[in-house]
Amino acid sequence: MAKITLSKLRHSYYPNPSQPSDYALKEIDLDWTDGGAYALLGPSGCGKSTLLNIISGLLVPSEGKILFDGQDVTELTPDKRNIAQVFQFPVIYDTMTVYDNLAFPLRNRGRDEEIVRERVMAIAEMLEVTDMLDHKAAGLSPDNKQKISMGRGLVREDVNVVMFDEPLTVIDPHLKWKLRSKLKELHQRVKATMIYVTHDQTEALTFADQVVVMQLGEIVQIGTPVELFERPAHTFVGHFIGSPGMNVMPCDLSDGQALFAGHPVALEGPVLGNANGTTEIGIRPEFVSLAESGLPATVTKVSDVGRHIVVECSVDGHKVSAVIEGDAPSKGDAVHLNFRQDQTRLYVDGWLATEPEGTS
Amino acid sequence: MKTENQKAWFFVLPVLLLVAFNALIPMMTVVNYSVQETFGDNVFFWEGLNWFQQILRSERFHAALGRQFMFTGLILIIEIPLGIAIALSMPRKGFWVPVCLVLMALPMLIPWNVVGAMWNIFTLPDIGLLGYFLNHVLGISYDMTQDPVAAWITIVTMDVWHWTSLVVLLSYAGLVSIPDAYYQAAKIDGASNWSVFRFIQFPKMKTVLTIAILLRFMDSFNIYTEPFVLTGGGPGNSTTLLSIDLVKIALGQFDLGPAAAMSLIYFAITLLVSWLFYTLMTKDDLN
Repeated sequence: MAKITLSKLRHSYYPNPSQPSDYALKEIDLDWTDGGAYALLGPSGCGKSTLLNIISGLLVPSEGKILFDGQDVTELTPDKRNIAQVFQFPVIYDTMTVYDNLAFPLRNRGRDEEIVRERVMAIAEMLEVTDMLDHKAAGLSPDNKQKISMGRGLVREDVNVVMFDEPLTVIDPHLKWKLRSKLKELHQRVKATMIYVTHDQTEALTFADQVVVMQLGEIVQIGTPVELFERPAHTFVGHFIGSPGMNVMPCDLSDGQALFAGHPVALEGPVLGNANGTTEIGIRPEFVSLAESGLPATVTKVSDVGRHIVVECSVDGHKVSAVIEGDAPSKGDAVHLNFRQDQTRLYVDGWLATEPEGTS
Repeated sequence: MKTENQKAWFFVLPVLLLVAFNALIPMMTVVNYSVQETFGDNVFFWEGLNWFQQILRSERFHAALGRQFMFTGLILIIEIPLGIAIALSMPRKGFWVPVCLVLMALPMLIPWNVVGAMWNIFTLPDIGLLGYFLNHVLGISYDMTQDPVAAWITIVTMDVWHWTSLVVLLSYAGLVSIPDAYYQAAKIDGASNWSVFRFIQFPKMKTVLTIAILLRFMDSFNIYTEPFVLTGGGPGNSTTLLSIDLVKIALGQFDLGPAAAMSLIYFAITLLVSWLFYTLMTKDDLN
């Protein structure tokens, strides 16, 4: 187990990158403390798998360093780094039994058969696969195969970090949450640093203590699930996390006062900096309510999603969603919208540009 | 409600006729010959199983069968490991993949009798490139028309040259079907190169290797054209393989009865050994 530091990491798949768009990863600086559960979240192609392969040593970064407990491991091969990785598709050794599969990483490192047995039994019990230890691994169901892949990662007691690369992709939906909670439980038991890569916000938010959101090779925000939900540092995070995503509406700014569709909107606090650039208002649908007075809007769509109702409105041609409970208006109704002030933020060129009243 | 429709038989009929004319009828003709004696004029005399007994007891047949097993055994022992080794060392990505594949496929595209003729000229001691080089540059006495060992080395080398590619291409097809994640996982698990071969590459190649072994067995066991063109079965009888001997009996001596009996025995052996190979090699997959 180790603290992981990524320092000025850049990577390009081209031999001679010349412009920023040549880089799959643009300047990553990160610190991950020992024993934490982290998630790398982002859409396909955002560089999260590249980052993962760099940490595991399958890829050498073009620039920058990776440190495990302060020690430079940038040039080390995966087996020297003492890491474990679980892949998108379960990797098992077909011809071996489940027991031999789990014992494989230990035997390759020349451990005594006695220690191997002890570790394998402990891991098998944790994963609830004890009764299939003698079976040929080839005949297992996909979720059990994936469990065995995880087991091979966890069987070494000295791993620095266990990494998961979208491990639930091939698992049936009803087994997904089971395996997910198993993972969470495993993390609490083995206390290894774990990094979980996914494009699924539910997986990331339920597994991780801290989520790193990536877009186009850059880290957009690092935070706890609550922070990502409540204070998205970038409109991308607002869109990407939450269902439906955050409302982002263009606005004008004059004398520190935001104007949306000609109506003044009260922000959570003062605007930072000089706010040159594209200005937008961001507010989550959960904090938009229907009221007697306020922003005039027309209801364009009402969807009942079970626990609550999502009301889509149009304000001067701009779409604004509200999440409400109780009676819903019907399509075509004229309503008034109310924004909760402490959750209404200003974004300049996509980045958060307000801070709550009274923090400074 | 299912409608009974017998028209479908008409669609099967062409295939039935085709199989009848190119397999069943010729085969039954052979069976017919194998139990009778003829002196021409289409007059036949019943012989029962005499020809079969005669063939099975003949030393000439035993010798040819022995040579046939030796030939097939030798080429399998050489071609299978060599094919796997070449497939493993071939690039799996990039510019060189198509180049390697085309180079590998080239020998297989050459017709059998051309291969025989090529190697015949190639190994001539006075003008052949290899024959001249061995005899006059290296000073090794090499003449496959005189020396049985030289003749054997030549036919085995020729077959290896001609058919190892088949094993290579089949093994390669098995290899490229392995996802990268397997190699990455093996790296992380600290597996040695041998373990990677033993637990990842070999299991994935097994199915195609079974096919490769079967094909190579059947082809080499029935081989005729190449050794016939190259050595004609000589010197003496040293490279007279089963098929060459069979043609000698059937067309050289015109002993149709014994030749027919021998064909059927030959066919039975090929079938039996193929079945044995297949059963043994796929035994593990069943449980």
